[in-house]
Amino acid sequence: MEETKKDPPQFFKVTIDNITVEVAPGTSILNAARSIGGDVAPPAMCYYSKLEGSGGKCRTCLVEVAAGSTADPRPMPKLVASCRTNVMDGMIVKNITSEKVIDARKHIVEFLLLNHPLDCPICDQAGECSLQDLSYGHGDIGTRYEFQRRLFEREDIGPYIQLHMTRCILCYRCTYVADQLTDKRVHGILDRGEHAEISTYISKAIDNDFSGNMIDVCPVGALTDRTFRFKNRVWFLKPLDAHRDCDKCCGKVTLWNRGEEVYRVTSRKDKWGEVESYDGKPGWICNTCRFEKKKTSDWIIEGPRKISRQSVISAGHYVGVKKPNEIFSAVHDGRKPRLLMDIHKVSEINEPHIELSRIEGPATGAVFNNGSNQQAE
Amino acid sequence: MQSLTNRSEPVVRKPMTWLEKLYLPGILKGMMITFSHIFKKTPTIRYPEQKRAFSQVFRGLHVLNRDEEGRERCTACGLCAVACPAEAITMEAAERQKGEENLYREEKYAAKYEVNMLRCIFCGLCEEACPKDAVYLSETFAPPNYGRKGFIYGKEDLLIPNPITEPEAYAKAKGADAPTTK
Repeated sequence: MEETKKDPPQFFKVTIDNITVEVAPGTSILNAARSIGGDVAPPAMCYYSKLEGSGGKCRTCLVEVAAGSTADPRPMPKLVASCRTNVMDGMIVKNITSEKVIDARKHIVEFLLLNHPLDCPICDQAGECSLQDLSYGHGDIGTRYEFQRRLFEREDIGPYIQLHMTRCILCYRCTYVADQLTDKRVHGILDRGEHAEISTYISKAIDNDFSGNMIDVCPVGALTDRTFRFKNRVWFLKPLDAHRDCDKCCGKVTLWNRGEEVYRVTSRKDKWGEVESYDGKPGWICNTCRFEKKKTSDWIIEGPRKISRQSVISAGHYVGVKKPNEIFSAVHDGRKPRLLMDIHKVSEINEPHIELSRIEGPATGAVFNNGSNQQAE
Repeated sequence: MQSLTNRSEPVVRKPMTWLEKLYLPGILKGMMITFSHIFKKTPTIRYPEQKRAFSQVFRGLHVLNRDEEGRERCTACGLCAVACPAEAITMEAAERQKGEENLYREEKYAAKYEVNMLRCIFCGLCEEACPKDAVYLSETFAPPNYGRKGFIYGKEDLLIPNPITEPEAYAKAKGADAPTTK
């Protein structure tokens, strides 16, 4: 520390997993690793680069520092949280090349899953959940925990947001959103340690204009969109980049469509699962864009959103398909093939008079069985 | 050319003998083999009066399973549909309301569930994908039909009878070797 103060170099050289990069002083190891990208970047559940003060809670980004700096090349005695540790000149970091890190991460995942219910089949976050990815990539197959998990009643915090406290991993991202984006925070962490839970104080409703961004920053399915609840699975929807002129926010969003129906509106997420930035400003979106503009005509569609090939969301979405020419009519003197059955006449699914995107909350049995869209509007 | 096995024999191309040219001995020899089968056990059965037991791993029509309390197991998670290579399965989910706890096991359930048996290739991937033990391929196959409309199976066609209110129909639907709900 003393030497850097005397002669601050322009860039620090860091070696992460045998790859050397130059980063500005004051950069965290995590961000230095992200500038390399790929597998070198440690996973992060609580750190969110667009939220000041986030990080240091989940411990999934632990790395081994094999040499502290050129001036003091002693290794750090314990694994350090890379989101909270800044780089030093000549630092040597081991992430995936260190067995200690891989082993520690496996047990961190086990800890995170101690109280996390296995209700992915019900959870609306499934398919885009950071914890799912993390446990799939770094976790163990089984758990050694054999006690009752924490139980909470699910809670409606405000008209649009559904809180499932059982799924929460206490990353605190949502409280930072409330502190930094909205004018007043009405929810936070109550109690401590084992009993800690996110809640509003005496069920106060969250109705700030940017409160919906909590849904996007939540790495698990603890905070989900009530207007999208149980409507469809994300991997059956078609993500589209769209924008509109909004006086409150940037208006750049991802629409999740099924046919012409807009099922859900989210902000655009980059490869680290964080909201994309425009002109150096994070592209948070307001609640009007997120919850109230559920018509395709409200939006100017830019095109399909690029989803990582590894994601289940891209399953069945084919890119760059060249369809062969229809030769039937050419060889049959212009006669069209005879349609033996129109599936839409037989199938009871996706019926035109049931517009799920217009229903405010989740669909109920009455929506389907009465044959009319009674809960709409 | 080198032969693949040591059992190959060269084709005999020498002209037929007088006895072979008569053909009759050859025909008689063949008929003897045919007639001898009259006295052997018949390998065929008279379907549809007689039916053979299905193999244990036979993959037939789907059933939607219930749990031991008669509640529907399916939560409309969509894993069967995303696993389906023929894209035969579609569904729509609904939230369980207060008072419906005896009908549905979890807080979300499939309000509509359809399998297009014309598309289905009976590969069993849906059964493997199901995290809730809800969908099974039974040991029956789709009855033939002149129209195509009858092959779109809705939830009322797929759902297994309730083991508590209709135990006989449930036992029949389950079959002898069908997996138990427990």
